[in-house]
Order: sequence, then structure tokens, then C-alpha cells
Amino acid sequence: MSNLIYQNAIATDDWTLVELPKIEKVVRMQAGKVVQFHLTGESTISATQITDTVIPPNGLVLLPMSVYIARKASLENRVAKQEVGIWLATHERLETLIEVEADLNRFPLITVFVERFSDGRIFSLGNLLRTRYGYNNTLRAFGDVLRDQLYFLKRSGFDSYLIRADRNAQEALSSLNDFTRPYQGAVDEKLPVWRRVSRK
Amino acid sequence: MYKYDEIDQQLVDERVAQYRDQTRRFLTGELSEEEFRPLRLQNGLYIQRHAPMLRIAVPYGMLSSKQLHKLADIAERYDRSYGHFSTRQNMQLNWPKLEQIPDILAELATVEMHAIQTSGNCIRNITTDQFAGIAPDEVVDPRAMAEVIRQWSTFHPEFALLPRKFKIAVSGTKQDRAVVQMHDIGMEFYLDGANKVAIKVWVGGGLGRTPILGSVINEHLEWQHALTYCEAIVRVYNLHGRRDNSYKARIKILVKALGIDEFRKQVDAEWSHLKDTPNTITEEELARVAQHFAVMPYDNLPVNNASFEAEVANNAAFAAWVKRCVHAHKQSGYRAVTLSLKPHGKAPGDASSEQMHVVADLAAQYSFGELRVSHEQNLILADVQLGNLFAVWQQARAHGLATPNIGLLTDIICCPGGDFCSLANAKSIPIAEAIQMQFDNLDYLHDIGELELNISGCMNACGHHHVGHIGILGVDKDGSEWYQVSIGGKQGNDASLSSVIGPSFAAEEMPGVVQRLIDVYIDQRTPEELFIDTVRRLGVAPFKAHVYAAKETEASHV
Repeated sequence: MSNLIYQNAIATDDWTLVELPKIEKVVRMQAGKVVQFHLTGESTISATQITDTVIPPNGLVLLPMSVYIARKASLENRVAKQEVGIWLATHERLETLIEVEADLNRFPLITVFVERFSDGRIFSLGNLLRTRYGYNNTLRAFGDVLRDQLYFLKRSGFDSYLIRADRNAQEALSSLNDFTRPYQGAVDEKLPVWRRVSRK
Repeated sequence: MYKYDEIDQQLVDERVAQYRDQTRRFLTGELSEEEFRPLRLQNGLYIQRHAPMLRIAVPYGMLSSKQLHKLADIAERYDRSYGHFSTRQNMQLNWPKLEQIPDILAELATVEMHAIQTSGNCIRNITTDQFAGIAPDEVVDPRAMAEVIRQWSTFHPEFALLPRKFKIAVSGTKQDRAVVQMHDIGMEFYLDGANKVAIKVWVGGGLGRTPILGSVINEHLEWQHALTYCEAIVRVYNLHGRRDNSYKARIKILVKALGIDEFRKQVDAEWSHLKDTPNTITEEELARVAQHFAVMPYDNLPVNNASFEAEVANNAAFAAWVKRCVHAHKQSGYRAVTLSLKPHGKAPGDASSEQMHVVADLAAQYSFGELRVSHEQNLILADVQLGNLFAVWQQARAHGLATPNIGLLTDIICCPGGDFCSLANAKSIPIAEAIQMQFDNLDYLHDIGELELNISGCMNACGHHHVGHIGILGVDKDGSEWYQVSIGGKQGNDASLSSVIGPSFAAEEMPGVVQRLIDVYIDQRTPEELFIDTVRRLGVAPFKAHVYAAKETEASHV
């Protein structure tokens, strides 16, 4: 069964996820200890990785943001045919895409990869895509996506969720509605409670 | 105080159901320990040394009699008949069972209480001055805004999983009692030149491993924009705060790394998009919340009360209590009362179920059924008539709640420490108890005068040791417990961080070390000079010299 949720129901996934070719992780030594550097915004993608990324010639392809930006010219045809979606990781800067792409709605799908459940940057990215950059098409979360994030993801502008493979997406559905009437305005419900109802 | 409507009630009820299901999934193995961790933490549940610890939210420290009775009942039924009041004005249970937490939350929900966001990497309980609304020096009562901020921060979807915990404090007095400068965001409400409520905003303060006082990010923010401005700050932090090292993840590290000017620039850029969006607070909403904090139906009383004055004149013990535990009030003929949770030789901040019932009854009888928790870990009756103080004292004293030590050396702020907390490097409660016993002579204690002594069992600084006039930090050296002593910290408008006096001490040395610090003060002080003033005037050197000289002398006798 599919583990994809789209607009409150289980859906099939027609997109092919394109990943960057794997390279060895950069490990540095600091004060005698092995430290893995994953600082916010640090670029870990090499030019070789980008040119070596294999893009399937047909069908709907979900491309790494960095690959799309670097190889944009060669992809124009497919973008026009609505065959290109974009994915980015939570530490990547959305602005690098905005700088080269005036209209995000040329992409039928944008997805954000969250490596760890506890990484809440995904919520701000969803909010920015929807409220600042005017993105209206499908916004999906994938990676370490479990049911207890869904309510917050939904409120941050996401409408599609690929639940982690070892979990039941059907059961996860109910968590989209953990709370009925939120206090604050966000992406889905823009008005705070005091502008929606009369509270005495 | 704020009363729930059906919207507030539905939210906490739904939270109970959600958490009950999360607990079920953990117990059936569907959620791993690691996956359950952020979920339970956001509901205030820690896995401690002996048992779980549940932190129950007391928003900005306000409780009703009914709520305190309920807390007493819960402590009795689900724990060992006592609770611990914390430096974030919350209450903690040290021995609840993990599988019973959903039932405890359901009980709390019946009295409009919860444990939402009392821990975890999210926006925590909003704290304020325990004398909010009644302090004579108050300019703006900050409680309505604290409640508006509480609601906004509750399940805020964008800020559900921040790099690290995030604490907001608000205050509305000239003399800051909410330590706004040591919070991630501190807000001081004041009246501007046009007599409109405005906010001075600090950002990036905090204790812990890297103590830093906050920097002013905005001198004048109109109150309507409090929420959208906070959204701008927290968004910059959420996106750019470090997530690779939890010790470097607080907003203070980001502010320090960028510098306050660059940080302010980024916040302003973000705010230019957020300003005037729907979360902008309306006059109507502030008025709706503020009516819950309306002035109490006070009697018109004269400034003086003859029977009170007679009791003070005739009863030295009562007079000593009045001097330390009774505080000025806006309203003629009324006083605020601090019920000390610092009896000498007991764990600071602990209250038994029996004591909680007594305090709840006192509040119902003498103080409009409300009370407050202070960040100094005491309980406050905010609105007591002068003529009732003697009766309150008698009942409080009969239940060990009238130690006349508020603001004195034995009114120690102390974290639960190594007796309970799995983060702690060292025990803190036995140190507090030993120091209290060293200074058990009340005349001597009063002669020493106002002095804040704060103890933390590790550098996470829950006991606020950096801002104690005397700060004690538990440290681990090769598996044994040692204590580092610092002096010269202070909370308030002229806040400062304390300086370490030298190498650390063994537990049994600690009462003597504090005694020697006090000896230097007594010897060197000018009339009317408090301990902190003497430290500021003389510096650390003479204190250090005396403490370590004594240590060397002892060593040479061995």
C-alpha cells in the first residue's frame, strides 16, 4: 500500500525521486574527536555530484534543488510539460531557488526532506513557500515524517506527506485533525481565534 | 485570573486524548524510546533518575484555590503527597508513573490546567513578576499580554520543534522582578511619551553553560505587534539557530555569533513581511483577556489598622514575619504575603499535599481565591487585608509556611539536583539544607540582611546560580561531587553575572565557605550596605583571600 497522504487521503505516488550520487561524508577531527559538520546552510553538494546526477528521460521527476538550479536551461522543455518537481533539504536556502525562478508555480510539486523528526525548520520553509513566495501547488514533506508532525505540517502549508516506510499512513491520517480550533493564525487558517469567533 | 471558555477547554481536552494515544503507542512499542522522547518532553515528562518527573504548567505563576486543591489531590493519589515549585513558576511531581500521566492530565484538564510545552524544544511557560497587578511600582499589568502570548505560543505550528528551548518573560514594573534580561525574549511593558503601552524587547539572554544577559533589540514596540514581532525573532532563530550541538543551540549563541545589529537587521527584514498580518493583536482581544485580570473587589480600607499594629508591637515573631514576608500593595489597607517554602533543613520549593490544601484554603478565605507561584519558589497570597495578617500568620506558622526568611540567605533558590535529576552533576538539596542549618539563628540571619543564594546541580543552571549574590554550581570531578562558588551576581534592572572565586569545594565544606563569605561581609560592610553592594565595592579578592586562607590553615593542621 502507498504511504503517501494527499489532501486527507491515501494517494499513489506518480513521481520519481531523483537523488544525488552518494559521496563519502566529510568527517573532520576537532580536539581529538570526530565531528561531523552539518552546520545550517553549509553546502555539502559538490559540482561533480550535480553533473553526475542521472535524470530519467521520461515521466514526472522530482529533482534536487541544486541540480535544477545548475541544469535549469536543459530542463525548460520538461518544466513546460509540468514534468519537473523540486525537492530540498531543510538546511538548504530557499532563496537560491527564488533568485533564479520567479514563478514557483511552474512546478506541480515541491517537497521538503526532513532528515530528523526534531528538525522544525521544515515548518518555516513551508510557511515561506506559501505566504512569501506564493507557491500554490502541492507541497509535500518526506523523510522522517511521522504522524505526530502532521498537524503542524498541515498548519504550515503542507498538503501532502510521505509517511516513513515502516509506519502506517492510514493510521496517521487521524493526526491531521488532532486539534479542532487552533489559537493562532498560520498558513491553513490565517486568522487567529479571536478574529474567527466572538469570544466573551 | 484567566478562565477558560469552550475553545480553551476543547484544546486541553484534545491534548489529553492526543497524549493518551502517544503513550499507548509508546507502551505497545509502536514508538521507539527516541521517537517518544520529543513527544513526552513537550508534555513536561522527563525520565529521571528514579522515576519520571512531570512538570505541570502554571501560566505566569497564577493559580486558583481550586487548582491548588487539585494539585494537592493529584500529588496524593499519583505521587508521594508532595510537589516541587520550580524557578519557572511551575509545579513538578517527582514520582508519577509513566502510564498514569494521561490520567493525571485528564484530572488537570478538569481545573483548566495542563502540562503543554513545559519542556522540550519549544516556547515554554511565559513567566512574570509574582506581584503583577498589585505592585505599587507597576506601570502596566503584564498578565493580559502574558495570556495572549501563552495562547499564541500554544501549539504554534511553525515553532513546534525549535533548535532548543525558548523562554519568554514579561514585566511591567520599573524594578524588574521577572529577570527579563536572562530570557530568550524579555519584554518590559511601559507607557511611552504619548501615554500608549509600548514594549522594550530584549533578546538572547540566558543562563546555562554560556550565561549571557540579553541585548536590547527594540526600544519601542507598539503592543499590537508583540506576536508578529516574536514570530519574526523566532523564525530567524528557527531557520538559522544551530542544530548540530545542543549546547550551542540557544538563541543567545546565534545573537552572539551574528552580533545584535545584524540579528536585528534580519529580524526587521522578516518583520517587514509579518507586520500587520492577522496575528496582530486587536484592542478587543486585549480587552477581552484583560477583563479576567480586572481589579479585585477591594473593600475601602484605611491605610492603618490598629489591631495589626498592636500585634506587631506585642509579638516579636509576628513582627519578624511581617518584616520579611509581607509586601507593599497598590490598594490601601491590603498587603501581599509570601508563604515561605524554604523552612530550614527542607528541600527548597517543596510543599506537601497537606500544605497545599492549607494554602488553598487561606487563599479562599483571605485572598479572593487566588495565589501565585514566584520564581524564587515560594507561594504568594496577593490580596490580604491588614486586619487578617495575624490570622494568616498563625495558620501558616502552624503548617511550616511562615519562616521569616524571604529575601534572606536561607530563601535559597535551588534546583532538584542529583537527588532527582538525571542531568545533574551533583546534589543540590542537601547543600541548601546544610547552609540553612548553618544560618538557623534568625537574629543573625536578619542581621546579615538581604542576600540571594542560588544553587544549581549542573551548568544547565535551573537554580539560576549565575545571578545569585552567592552562586553555587555542582560540578563533577572524576566521578565525585564538587561545588564551585561564585559571588556578585544579581537579578533586576542592574543585573550582573557572578564571578567564580576559585577552585571548587567538597560538599561538607560548603556551609563553612558560605560562613566565611559572610564573615568578610560583616567585617567590611558600611552601615546599610547589602552583601551584593559590598561585593561590588570590594571585588572578589578579599572574599577569595579569606575563604582560601581558612582552607589552607585547615589543611596545615591535618
